[in-house]
Order: sequence, then structure tokens, then C-alpha cells
Amino acid sequence: MSTWIPESASNLAASVDNITLFVTIVSVFFFVLISAVLVAFSIKYRRKSEDQETAYITHNPVIETIWTIIPTILLMVIFAWGWIAFKELRNPPPEAIEVNVVAKQWLWEFEYFTGKKSLNELFVQQNKPVRLIMRSEDVIHSFFVPQFRVKQDILPGSYQQLWFTPTKVGTFDLLCAEYCGSGHSQMLATVKVLSPEAFARWEKGDELEDGAALAAISVSPAERGKELHSQRGCLACHSIDGKEVIGPTFKNLYGKTEKLADGSSVLVDENYIRESIYEPQAKMVEGYPPTMPSFKGILSEDEVTALIEYIKTLK
Amino acid sequence: MANGVMTQTQHIPYLAQKGLKSWILTTDHKRIGILYLVTISFFFMIAGLAALGMRYELMTPELDFFRTATEYNVAFTLHGSLMVFFFIVPGIAASFGNFLIPLMIGARDVAFPRINLLSFWIYLVGTAILLSALAQPADTGWTFYTPYSIQTGTKVIMITLGVFVLGFSSILTGMNFIVTIHKLRAPGMTWSRLPLFIWASYATAILQLLATPVVGITLLLLIAERAFDIGFFDPAKGGDPILFQNFFWFYSHPAVYIMVIPAFGIISEIIPVFARKPIFGYKAIAYSSFAIAIISFFVWLHHMFVSGISETAAAIFSFLTMLVAIPTAVKVFNWTATLYKGSIDFHSSMLYALSFIVLFTVGGLTGVYLGALAVDVHLHDTYFIVAHMHYVMIGGTVMGFFGALHFWYQKWFGKVFDELTAKVAWFLIFVGFNVTFFPQFFMGFQGMPRRYATYPEEYISYHSLSTYGSWILGLGILIMTVNLLIPLWKKGRPESSNPYGSLSLEWQVPSPPPHENFDEIPTVTDWTYSYGKNRSEANAKK
Repeated sequence: MSTWIPESASNLAASVDNITLFVTIVSVFFFVLISAVLVAFSIKYRRKSEDQETAYITHNPVIETIWTIIPTILLMVIFAWGWIAFKELRNPPPEAIEVNVVAKQWLWEFEYFTGKKSLNELFVQQNKPVRLIMRSEDVIHSFFVPQFRVKQDILPGSYQQLWFTPTKVGTFDLLCAEYCGSGHSQMLATVKVLSPEAFARWEKGDELEDGAALAAISVSPAERGKELHSQRGCLACHSIDGKEVIGPTFKNLYGKTEKLADGSSVLVDENYIRESIYEPQAKMVEGYPPTMPSFKGILSEDEVTALIEYIKTLK
Repeated sequence: MANGVMTQTQHIPYLAQKGLKSWILTTDHKRIGILYLVTISFFFMIAGLAALGMRYELMTPELDFFRTATEYNVAFTLHGSLMVFFFIVPGIAASFGNFLIPLMIGARDVAFPRINLLSFWIYLVGTAILLSALAQPADTGWTFYTPYSIQTGTKVIMITLGVFVLGFSSILTGMNFIVTIHKLRAPGMTWSRLPLFIWASYATAILQLLATPVVGITLLLLIAERAFDIGFFDPAKGGDPILFQNFFWFYSHPAVYIMVIPAFGIISEIIPVFARKPIFGYKAIAYSSFAIAIISFFVWLHHMFVSGISETAAAIFSFLTMLVAIPTAVKVFNWTATLYKGSIDFHSSMLYALSFIVLFTVGGLTGVYLGALAVDVHLHDTYFIVAHMHYVMIGGTVMGFFGALHFWYQKWFGKVFDELTAKVAWFLIFVGFNVTFFPQFFMGFQGMPRRYATYPEEYISYHSLSTYGSWILGLGILIMTVNLLIPLWKKGRPESSNPYGSLSLEWQVPSPPPHENFDEIPTVTDWTYSYGKNRSEANAKK
């Protein structure tokens, strides 16, 4: 199945895949049957002469009953099976570890029960059930990890939950599946499934053991900033090649004088960039919507420094 | 079949009168049908160009054809809302429904010819409002989901207002057709002798009458929320975003059947004529249209299985969704069985009808995946949905529409198109359609979400294949259109008024028909589908 169905990496994937396989067998059978009969009739009964004999057949109660009952039985089986597996998808076990999720245009925030926070990266432990308690700050988003076969819309004004037990160590794409505006297709994140040992180290705050952070030590701040720029969702609104997306492009931004919404102007220097990350609405550049969320408590001072260094390189 | 035999002498065709006034003030159902046909075709072309633009953008993962993601989002909003509300919903029902219903039941016109013209004028007002909105179009998608549609900075009000106005046209047309079918059937045209296109049109008209007001109210509430800040749907103002989805799909699911049931009717007309066989299981097909129409009011929640509805609600609606699949499957079996022991002629319209069976089967079967709860969770809002929907809408409705264009062309316009070119165009359309949309099923399984202006690298091979397919499909439609347009400027008339040997009433009048259709209202003495009956009776006597 691996060729047409993505890798399965959660406890829920197998039962979903089994139904999918059953529906596929039924579908292929009926498709081949109908197409084969259609082609066979088309060849056998093609018009060879104008006065060709035709049969006068209007209906046949026996065959019509049969071909009503067989699909009905198959469809009821599919319905019941789909429902049983759906119940499993909807009911998390009581021991599941809870993670709070906030979705907003166009990024994902995760808050763990230890008080740790992460942005656009969800850290979970292999073989430990996780229950996500999710809310949206603006419009509807949807949490979708294809390899886990889970999806749940996230609404503003209420909590939605979703659970899974990751079964494979690795990094999996998390996609927003509900259209949420111009940054929709950039509202991407990853789920990092760690082994119990790695997860324990990550929980202790020992992030250096984990590949990306370790590498960060040995690279320049600008390179680390480049990584943060795509990981932390800046890219959804701020291009690096001069394209206007939602916010100002980062290209040639440093050192520029920007006109503000209140008519005054400001020089884009280190302090202005830092303030714009932590308090985006403090000094709004003219012509842009006030949609950027504050990154206070999400990006550390070190990380902001790295981002500033990266922005400086974009000439 | 009819006692009132039509004479071919001295008829003034309904197209004889010329001039703008003869069109905009006409109450002739055949001319109003043409007015609709021209308008919906125009929107089909615009929306089709938007689709080609989107496919071209998706050739590569990065944004390259459109300047911003918002432009792409505007393109799919235009594509969806024009195709759905301005082409496919009014589509067959308003164009072929108008042309065929009075002719098929033996009437001189619809029951209320002036209201019929009013419907068209309301439709035009709706399109005018929409066109004025095109300068700054919305980026909400055709579903206008709240609260995004309330918060977005793009212009949502005009486009929804256009759709709102359009709704009245739909309601009036539905009402007109119901009365026409009840009151104006020729003597002897009993319910059990009616052509299946009439049954289908009747079921469609009921849906139009009952479901359209709901979308009208919903869009009005949305406009009120945007314009006057009344909190119906945005939780920030105390509203409920799921309420909008309930309202929207309460209309838009039955609307899917408003789009496809008329095509069922068309297929049921074309196949018996070219197979020279009675339609198999007439009653099953007639009643299943009604079964589908009624059940379709109670399946709307299957669009919302992952939106946070209760488990019980999900189970009930999954069950009801499975029920809709049964009459649908029965129809496909009936059409296929009609070919048995027939004498099949592969006229271009028959090729469209046969490809309808194959493609609609794919559309129907893939619907079963989406009706199964746990599977839908994975496939919802991916390209699987996009592919499924297009197999139903293009593979189903549009194939039926193209088939109808080729089948009734001579009757409607009194001209003859080139059959070989029509077959070439059909082949390109069939191949192009499958190359465009079949890869999207696999892409959906792999998790590619819909409405993405850019996408992860891993989906590139599916996307580029799909884009190549869209060019073949576009070329096929272009050739078909040119082939159907050219004869309109040429002289000449069809040699026969009934070239395919149909028993249906519309083929017993000249091509094109006279202004009031029938000299004398015919008396119907036999079933519309009695192909081969006389011969089989003669054989029985031997």
C-alpha cells in the first residue's frame, strides 16, 4: 500500500488503511465490471446494418432486485466499519498527554504541560498517546498530518480535540487543511516524534542533543536566523526576494527608512526589528494590515538577534 | 407514437424573426433556452480560463505565474463560484430544460412564459452584479466560509449579492417547470409515459424551489454581518462559524443534485435512441431521481465530518450518505443494461453518454470513500475531494451537457455540425479530463491539501501531469466549441427532422421547430421508449 497511501506512523493509521483497502477493492471491482460490460456490449451490439434485430426488454424484477441488494449490503458494511474506526479516532485514552495548540494566521503554537513552548514544531514521544487541545485565534484552520491519518478543524471561540499515538521516530509534515487566507499554503509545521530517551532530554531543556539545535552552535547567527525564518513562519508573510506577500519583504529592509501609518517615519535598525517582532503593532508601516502576532515568549532574545543578522544579509 | 402527425409544410421556424428586440422580449421557451445557453457558456469559458491559470501556476511548487498567493486564491474563488452558481446550477436545467420540456410533453410553451422571461432577466441582473464585482473579486473560495469571509479585506458583498439575486431566477424557473409538467402534458402523456428527462427536470425543480431560499437567506446574513457588523457567524461577535456551514451545505448539497440530475435525464434520452432499445428499468430510473432528490436534503453534514460535529450526528449522516449511493448505483446499472442486445450507433452524443457512465461511476465510487467516516477524516480537504467533485461535475454533468448539445443541436438550431471533428474533440476531452483529474486522487491520498497556492516539492509529478492534462482538455473544448459555432453562420438545413429515429415528441416536429411547436396538440398513444416493440410483436405472432 505504500505506493499510493502515505507511510503509516500512528496507531490509528492501520484501521483507516484497512477500510480504505476494502473500499478500493469494492470500487475497482465495480468499475472494472461496469467498464468491461460497457465495452463488451459496445463491441458485440454495434450497429452493423440498419435493420439489425434488437430485443424488446423493458425491465427484469429479479436482476433489478439483485443489483439493488448487493450494493446495499456492501455500503452498510462500509458505513459500519467507517463508524467503528471513527469512534476510535474521536476518543482519546485517559492517559494521553495533553498539549495545547493555538493556530493563527499563519502559524502553529504548542504549549506543553511542563510549561515549555514551541513554534511550528510539535514535539511528541514515540508510543505515548497525545491529546491536542486546539483553538484558533482568528479564522478556521485544520490540523492535518497525512502519515497519522488524523485531521481536525480548529475553530475560533471553542476548543477542538484530536489524539494519536505516534509509532515511528521521525519528522512528519503538519499541514493546514482548511483554507485560511493568503498564507494558507505556507502554514506548514512539523511533528517531531522523539524516542523516549531523546524526548526526556528535550523535556529537560537539553535541546542541544537534538540535531538542529546542536548544529546551531557551530553556525553563524545569520545562518541560524535563516533557519528560524522558515521554521517560525516568518516566510508566510515576509518574502526574502522582494515579493510583496502580506508584510514587507525582508530584502533590502535593513537600513531602509520606512513611512509609518501615523505619518512619521522610522529607520529600520536592530531596535526597530526587535520591537516589531515583540510588539508588531507599536510602529506599523503604512499600507500593511495589523495581522502579525507578538512573538514575545516564543522567540528568545538570542533568536531575535539571529534573525536580525539574517535580515542584514538579504541585499 | 403520436396521432397528430406533424406535417413538414410551410412552417415558419421560431428563429425566423431577427433583431435584438425579438430576443430580449421573447417569451418563446426555445429562445429563452438559447439566451441561457449563451450566458452560461460565457461563464463556463471565463471560469475555465481561471482553471487553466490555476493549473499553470501549480506546474511548479513555487509561486511563479500569479504575483501573490492572494491572486491564486482569487482565481480559485472565481473558478468555483462562476462554475457552480453561474454555469452548472442554472446550466442544463435552464437551457435544455427550457428548450425541451414543452416540446417533450407536447405543449406550446411553459405554463408562465412571461415569468420565464422574468427568470432570465433576474439571472442577467445577478450576472451584472457579479461582473461589477470582478474588478475587486473576493478570495474566500466558492464556499464563503465564515469567519474568514467576514474578516478578509477582499470584496465579498458583491459576489454574494450576485448569487443571492440569481437564486430568485432559480426558484421561479423551478416553479414554472413544476406547473408546466403538471398542467400542460398532451392528452395521453401519462406519468408512466413521460420521457425520463421530464422526470429528472421535475425532481430538479423541486430541489430548486425548496433549497435555493436557504442559500439566499444565508448569503443575506453574511452580507448583514459584513456590512452592519451583526454577529451571526463570527465568534468574535458572539456568532457561530459552524452555523454558516450548516446553512450553506443545507442548500449546497441538494444543489449538487440540481447540477447532476438533469444530466441523468439526458443520458436516459440519448442511450435508448442510439441503442434502439427501450430504457431498462424505466420506473427504477424515474423513482430513483426522486429518491436521490429527497435523501439529498439529509446528507449535508457529510461536508463537515471533521468540523467538530458530534459522533452521533456524524454516524447518522454517514448512514444517509450511503443510502444516496444505492439509487445512484441502480441508475448506472440500468443505463449499462439498456445496451444489451441493442443496435448501437456511436454518434458523438452517444460517445459523451457512454463516457458519462464510466466517469460518473468513478465519481460515485470515490464518493463512497468520502462517506465512510474514518476514511473521510484523512481525505477531507485534500485533492481527493477535488478529483471526486470534478468526476461528478465534469465526468457527470458536463459530459451530459456536451452530449445534449450534440444530440439536440439539429433540432434546436436547424443546422448540422461536422461529426468527425466532434468525435476528435470528444476524444481529446475524454483523455484530457482523465489525465487532469485522475492523478489528483493519488495526490489526495498522499495528503496534498486543496486551495494551496504553493506546495511541498514531493507532489510535483502529480501536479505537472495534471497541468498537461488541463491543456488537452482545454484544446478539446476549444475544438468542440468551434465545431458547434461554425455551422450557425452557414446556410443549409438538416435533411431529416428525425435523423436518429427517436420516438420522443420533440423529434416529430420540424428542425428548427415552429414558434408554437405543434400545429395541433398531439395525442400520445404509447410509451416514449417503445423501441423495437412493433417488430417484437410481429415476431411473436409468427
